[in-house]
Amino acid sequence: MIGVALKGLLGRKLRATLTAFAIVLGVAMISGSFILTDTLSKSFDGIYEESYESTDAIVTSKVAIKTADGDTEAPPFSAGVLTEIADLPGVRAAQGSIEDQARLIDEAGKPIGKVDDGLALALDTSADQTMNPFKLVTGAWPSGDGEIAIDKSTAEKQGFEIGQMVGVLADGPVAEYRIAGIVGFGSVDSIGGASITVFDLETGRRVFDKVGQLDLIRVAAEPGTTEAELVRQISPLLSETTQVKSAEAQAAADSKSTQDDMSVIKYILIGFGGIALFVGSFVIANTLAITVAQRMRELATLRTLGASRRQVLGSVMLESVAIGVIGSLAGLFLGLGIAVGLMKLLAAAGIELPSSTLVFAPRTVLISLGVGTLIALLASLRPAMRATRIEPIAAVREGSVMPASRFARYAVVVSAAVFAASLGLFSYGVFASGLDVLVRIVSLVLGVLLLFVSVAMVASRVVRPLALVLGTPGARIGGAAGKLARQNAVRNPSRTASTAAAVMIGLALITFVAVIGQGVRTSFTGAVNELFVADYAVSSGFEPVSSKAAAAVAETPGVVVSELRGGDARLGGDKIHVSGVDANLPKVVNLTWQNGTGNVAAQLGKDGAFVTDRYAADNSLQLGSAVTVKTPTGKTLSLHVEGILDAPKGGSPFGEVSISKATFDSSFTNHDNELTLLNIDGGTSDANTALLEKSLVAFPDLTVDTRDEFKDRQLGDLTTTLNMLYLLLGLSVVVSLFGVINTLVLSVFERTRELGMLRAIGMTRRQTRRMIRHESIVTALIGAALGIGVGMFLAVITTLALSDYGVVLAVPYGTLTVFVGVAVLAGMLAAILPARRAAKLNVLEALQYE
Amino acid sequence: MQTLDNETRSERIAPAPVVTAHDLTRQYGSGETTVHALRGVSVEVARGKLTAVMGPSGSGKSTLMHILAGLDKPTSGEVYVAGTAIGELKDTQLTKLRREHIGFIFQFFNLLPMLTAKENIVLPLSIAGVKPDPEWIEELTTAVGLTERLSHRPSELSGGQQQRVAIARALVSKPTVMFADEPTGNLDSRTSSEILALLRESVSSYGQTTVMVTHDAHAAAIADRILFLADGLIVKDLGPSTSHEILETLQEVTGR
Repeated sequence: MIGVALKGLLGRKLRATLTAFAIVLGVAMISGSFILTDTLSKSFDGIYEESYESTDAIVTSKVAIKTADGDTEAPPFSAGVLTEIADLPGVRAAQGSIEDQARLIDEAGKPIGKVDDGLALALDTSADQTMNPFKLVTGAWPSGDGEIAIDKSTAEKQGFEIGQMVGVLADGPVAEYRIAGIVGFGSVDSIGGASITVFDLETGRRVFDKVGQLDLIRVAAEPGTTEAELVRQISPLLSETTQVKSAEAQAAADSKSTQDDMSVIKYILIGFGGIALFVGSFVIANTLAITVAQRMRELATLRTLGASRRQVLGSVMLESVAIGVIGSLAGLFLGLGIAVGLMKLLAAAGIELPSSTLVFAPRTVLISLGVGTLIALLASLRPAMRATRIEPIAAVREGSVMPASRFARYAVVVSAAVFAASLGLFSYGVFASGLDVLVRIVSLVLGVLLLFVSVAMVASRVVRPLALVLGTPGARIGGAAGKLARQNAVRNPSRTASTAAAVMIGLALITFVAVIGQGVRTSFTGAVNELFVADYAVSSGFEPVSSKAAAAVAETPGVVVSELRGGDARLGGDKIHVSGVDANLPKVVNLTWQNGTGNVAAQLGKDGAFVTDRYAADNSLQLGSAVTVKTPTGKTLSLHVEGILDAPKGGSPFGEVSISKATFDSSFTNHDNELTLLNIDGGTSDANTALLEKSLVAFPDLTVDTRDEFKDRQLGDLTTTLNMLYLLLGLSVVVSLFGVINTLVLSVFERTRELGMLRAIGMTRRQTRRMIRHESIVTALIGAALGIGVGMFLAVITTLALSDYGVVLAVPYGTLTVFVGVAVLAGMLAAILPARRAAKLNVLEALQYE
Repeated sequence: MQTLDNETRSERIAPAPVVTAHDLTRQYGSGETTVHALRGVSVEVARGKLTAVMGPSGSGKSTLMHILAGLDKPTSGEVYVAGTAIGELKDTQLTKLRREHIGFIFQFFNLLPMLTAKENIVLPLSIAGVKPDPEWIEELTTAVGLTERLSHRPSELSGGQQQRVAIARALVSKPTVMFADEPTGNLDSRTSSEILALLRESVSSYGQTTVMVTHDAHAAAIADRILFLADGLIVKDLGPSTSHEILETLQEVTGR
């Protein structure tokens, strides 16, 4: 029996290959994610180890608040402790440094890369540099004002040379520095595409406003002193807000933080791979169901020859497992190829990593092969069970049909039950408050999966009406071929339904993303329209704007600037966002007070605060209520509520608690602006725009935006994110296309004689191709219709849940129309191979085909 | 279609053949395993007549019909259908020629299961993009005795009814010649007789030129002319004959 199953598979190579593709892409996504993230993690570990090579202990500030994206905002600490540490008996050397961000300015006058890509280091360049993570390649370490060293990679890319003057954008206007030296990072020229600027310690302190302070102290032990002993010696010298770690522990902590970032990327990519595999399981199940039906006589013959039901079951499942193994293997290596390609792409983009050997962990192989094979096995269960119900008599009886599934009778009831369960789970995930993230994700995912299953179960009942409607344009355009195509599409409704269901899944998720995205866009736009009454905003994409830039622009005659700062803090057990506001706020933002009188923003003083209506309601705060906030500098603010702001739901720039700018600056590390708005005499005009731009010429990263420009810029990232999601979800649509191809190939095969007849009575090859193509399009359109329906349904529920956040239901008709167009195109693509096969049939052989 | 005038005149002058074949040979395979299905067959199919092609299995009768109908290509020789040499035609031209000049009746009916009887009948016209003439459809469906069953699908029709649909489908485009491949091969004897009567009727009333391949002597007995093939050659060419005569001839050619 095993031999029969495998030989049968070999006899149908094309179908086996197409079916295997249902798994290949999903598995490739999974294995590729593992390989890529493992390799990147290893590279970064290498970076951290190298950077602490000659260092035994690290002193840094304690991080009072963990911010949302995992980044830490550590304030600098007083430099006094450095000499005390240096004097310790176990210490051979101690080197203090400022570690911040700065970018070089290219020839065009624009900053190179993004804010995060520009690393800045300032240290005592006259001392021993063995602990310096950077190694001098040529030239000299910078000394005194006006000198820097830069990394070799950036120098080469930009053509910067020693002795040349180059602009540096740090915390303030661009200033020119002379390049004194070129540095490398251990064995490589740069770290993962970052640009590096090294300053002399005092210069760095001045540039970054950290005079008399340090961000980090590297300590080397005397020979014979262990890292642990060193840490023990240093600890008593430190204040409450600073800490010491062994170099090993610090490297591990750094590594963990990148691992966490990588994990997020990895799980997202694996999630999309999982969706593709889920779609693949539909494709496999459907393909097997069709082949079992087509092989009914063969299977019945095996039964008459003495094969047991169990053997029939086994043969179908074995066939599927074989496809699963082949598909997974191909996917595993395709994933490897993708990872290699992406690494090459990174290298080509100048993002160099110390270790470029690929990490091909056993875990990657096991999971990839295991998941792919398991999916194939699960998908084969239903068709295999049905195959066992074929009676031996079917071997001899003409025109036997597949025995109806025992389940068919209950399909509606079962699918209604599954639908109810899915709705329950999804709603629980969306609406329930205070859920653990994992519980929420699991219930959402399960809910959505079950929803797809329930819709797929009843889809065969709506295929007929849908095909009638969706096939009409095709029937109009395609003439007899188009009409026949529409009728062919409904000949076997359950087959068309399963094929379309696979297409549905991808399109449902894409529709969901599009509708929610549009909702967010609409509510954000609404909020900006409501709040934004300023003439201009100064912005740097999503990056904060230096308060020095705000000061520069404020010097322009006739300009009134309002700055809004922000930082994370703790209130009770919760992490909150605190905003710092100034008295000009009401001039640029349209504030509506639920409670509070006069210019609340101007009356906050040292310990006044205003809170958002939502936060006030959730925590029963009223005017005069006391709130205690702990800031990242370790300071505790005792505040009282001076006003309750009616914040628009669609997005407001204010944190839960807002305090005066002065209080903010004395208790938060980061003095950059989250929002910089201004009014100017004469309002918005080209002349004023030019005037403002001129005042910001030393800040090449900043732009001056009108309200509409501001909205577009803020929403630009959303568009990028949406496009990224469309691309990743598009993968599962591609998988479902293989299902469409498979079904069509099998249908063409099944209808061979009929095609021969049609050709004999006058159907041209062109018409034959058109007939198959239209059938494919109708199938894809049914999938699109179901998908858009299901996606809208999910979006409506989600919007209801998010209505508190101001997300409104907004249907992006244009985008949905594009999706329908894509479905048509996909249908055409899927039909190419089957249509060619159908058109190429030899009429005579087709007519004699049994 | 030619006008009646033309038709009568041409018949009076000489019964011009609608399908002619010259010295057809057809080989399958090569080398020692070569099969010579046809070894040199020349034939002229007369207009308005029912020609039966008989012969034992392997005699080449089906191959001959397939080549005459443009479904298969001869190894050598040429076929003219309605004056066109079909040997050099491209696939699309050949398809158009089949649309216009050739009708088919198959042993297994070959109806489309998802279409109604009426839709199956007009299928050749829809494929050709021609609007059916309702009067002609009415006349045709009455002639084949299907007026009551037009909205039924093939699965709801008996074998005889399905073959009636197939005959109507072959006649609907008023083809120059209609080919019937074992039209009664899949029917019981009573239904066979009805179908044969219908075929004869279509030849007699509409002057439908018909070529029928059969191994059934009763079927051949309705023909105006009976060609006997054996080993790829025409070995006998009879006029109208009784089934008894046909059986004897068949035995004779088979025994050779």
